[in-house]
Amino acid sequence: MSSLLQWLDDRFPLVSTWKKHASEYYVPKNLNFFYYFGFLLLFVLCNQLITGLWLTMFYTPSADRAFDSVQYIMRDVNFGWLLRYLHSTGASLIFVASYIHLFKGLLYGSYQKPRELVWLLGTGLLVLLLIEAFFGYLLPWGQMSYWGAQVITSLFSVIPYIGEGLTSWIRGDYQVSNATLQRFFAFHVVGIPLLLLFFILLHLVSLRQVGSNNPEGIEIKKHLNKQGNPLDGLPFHPYYTSKDFVGLLVFLIVFFSIVFFAPEMGGCFLEVENLVAANPLVTPEHITPVWYTAPFYTMLRVIPDKLSGVITMSCAILILFFIPWLDQSPVRSMRYKGKFSIVALSLFSVSFILLGFLGTVRITPARLCVARICTAIYFAYFILMPIYSRFEKHKTVPDRILDK
Amino acid sequence: MRLFLLAVGLTSAILTAAVNPASLPFHGQDKAALQRGANFFMNYCGGCHSLLYMRYNQLARSLDLTLSDGIVDTDLFFNNLVFTHAKSFEPIRVSMPFKDASRWFGAIPPDLTLSAKEKGAAWIMAYLKSFYRDSSRPFGSNNGLVPNVAMPNVLEPLIGHVIAIRGGSKNSTILQMRHVGKGEMTADELDHSLQDLVTFLVYVAEPARENRYFIGVFVILFLFVFLLLAWKIKEFYWQRLP
Repeated sequence: MSSLLQWLDDRFPLVSTWKKHASEYYVPKNLNFFYYFGFLLLFVLCNQLITGLWLTMFYTPSADRAFDSVQYIMRDVNFGWLLRYLHSTGASLIFVASYIHLFKGLLYGSYQKPRELVWLLGTGLLVLLLIEAFFGYLLPWGQMSYWGAQVITSLFSVIPYIGEGLTSWIRGDYQVSNATLQRFFAFHVVGIPLLLLFFILLHLVSLRQVGSNNPEGIEIKKHLNKQGNPLDGLPFHPYYTSKDFVGLLVFLIVFFSIVFFAPEMGGCFLEVENLVAANPLVTPEHITPVWYTAPFYTMLRVIPDKLSGVITMSCAILILFFIPWLDQSPVRSMRYKGKFSIVALSLFSVSFILLGFLGTVRITPARLCVARICTAIYFAYFILMPIYSRFEKHKTVPDRILDK
Repeated sequence: MRLFLLAVGLTSAILTAAVNPASLPFHGQDKAALQRGANFFMNYCGGCHSLLYMRYNQLARSLDLTLSDGIVDTDLFFNNLVFTHAKSFEPIRVSMPFKDASRWFGAIPPDLTLSAKEKGAAWIMAYLKSFYRDSSRPFGSNNGLVPNVAMPNVLEPLIGHVIAIRGGSKNSTILQMRHVGKGEMTADELDHSLQDLVTFLVYVAEPARENRYFIGVFVILFLFVFLLLAWKIKEFYWQRLP
């Protein structure tokens, strides 16, 4: 065994890679609940790739066969229903995990120097994930798939001069049709997943370079022992591999409870309207976005002018890229930041959740008003950040991570 | 330990949300109800409505219409439930051509495979019981739930003669549905039959459901045992820390 390892190691940096990324990669010893989700995201992504691969074997990407082939998977393919529910539940849970992962970054200032690039790559991954989900959402070719794609692709038509032409170019037709389905399929199963994997690699490599942040926001590399290892750090393996394994099992219990007992999640994960095959001649009464895009969709629909709405919606995502430079606070973690930051983040989180809820229900004048206030809070959180983060009074950060 | 409690809490929350009896009068294990429902469907619905995603042989197996060696009992099945020349592996189609259907009814009768998931079991029950006599409609019947629906009241011989008593401005709202003539079934018998029909449709909408619940219980139990093991491994390493 050891000679085989030696043979391999002479030809490939096996041991050094293992040491660099696992057994001698030092991670702060105080990582909490929020730090499970990076690993869980990777796990769900693997689930999506594997179940997706198998679904591709039975799915037919053509307008007249797509809907039927999904039912074929649900009924005639052995355990096809399980593959599909794993994939659809995974799609929703990958967004649950993404949003928690992102919230952790905001909470503990993980985007601050020197982790700006980790944050940028992560936000890039979120954008890719949204695109991937959008392409995949058309594939079941149900009513909501079809009209959702119709609405989102029509957003490009608001661009002055080239809008109409661009929309037809994207769809490959004057409306969402077989051509659109086939190109979305190609992007969903090949194009975007490759990009996702490449960005994940970059995200992880850049994280290994700078090391994990922690709930205290204290840099553990400042205090090293005689061997040059951080005093407040623990090797990733076996400490965090064993801990993440526990987290994974808890996650799996939740994941499989949904897959086996509530895969539709009351119409949240799989919509009722999608049980009817796509029909270009019949528009559904309400076109509702799937829950994970709902906050952004709400911003689009509460702004009266379509072009401004599209710009607002795009800015809502793009502004995330600027956080490392918007936050002027000398401390990272919310535990040591001032009152303004805490209030701002709380308001931001509440309005994000409210925007999500408002995107899935019918709009009334009162809800419209709430949605506009929430949109304003969403942007105020970012735009006012340079001011409140710089001038608020913060607590002093201890030098070392203290034991509880 | 906190994580363990979290897992238990979340799982039970999902389970209570999932098995919500209000919307689904589902008796998947009740083969007799399923057989009666299939019978009812084939006699009253299957002439116009297909179950395109369901195959005859799959239906026969799930209705327990099989011989001791698991092969479909063709005599029993084809004599009682199949009124066309379909082969056993074929999907459940209708023999009425679409062209004729749209000429006769003004619409093609929809496929009902996924109807129980799309509309819900309670809706189907309510819909079938909302028909009343209306001489202004081509088939002499109308529906309170879906006004001016193209479907005729096929259950009238069973339900009996029902009229709607209207009121409000311009008589636009239905105040009451009243039985004025007896049908072949009493109100109780009808409810039972419709219950069976809906049970059948809920089954057809997702034949894997029973199996899903069954496997799910074991998967979750296994994961809880595995979680305990993972917890011990984690403790083993973390307790060695100074």
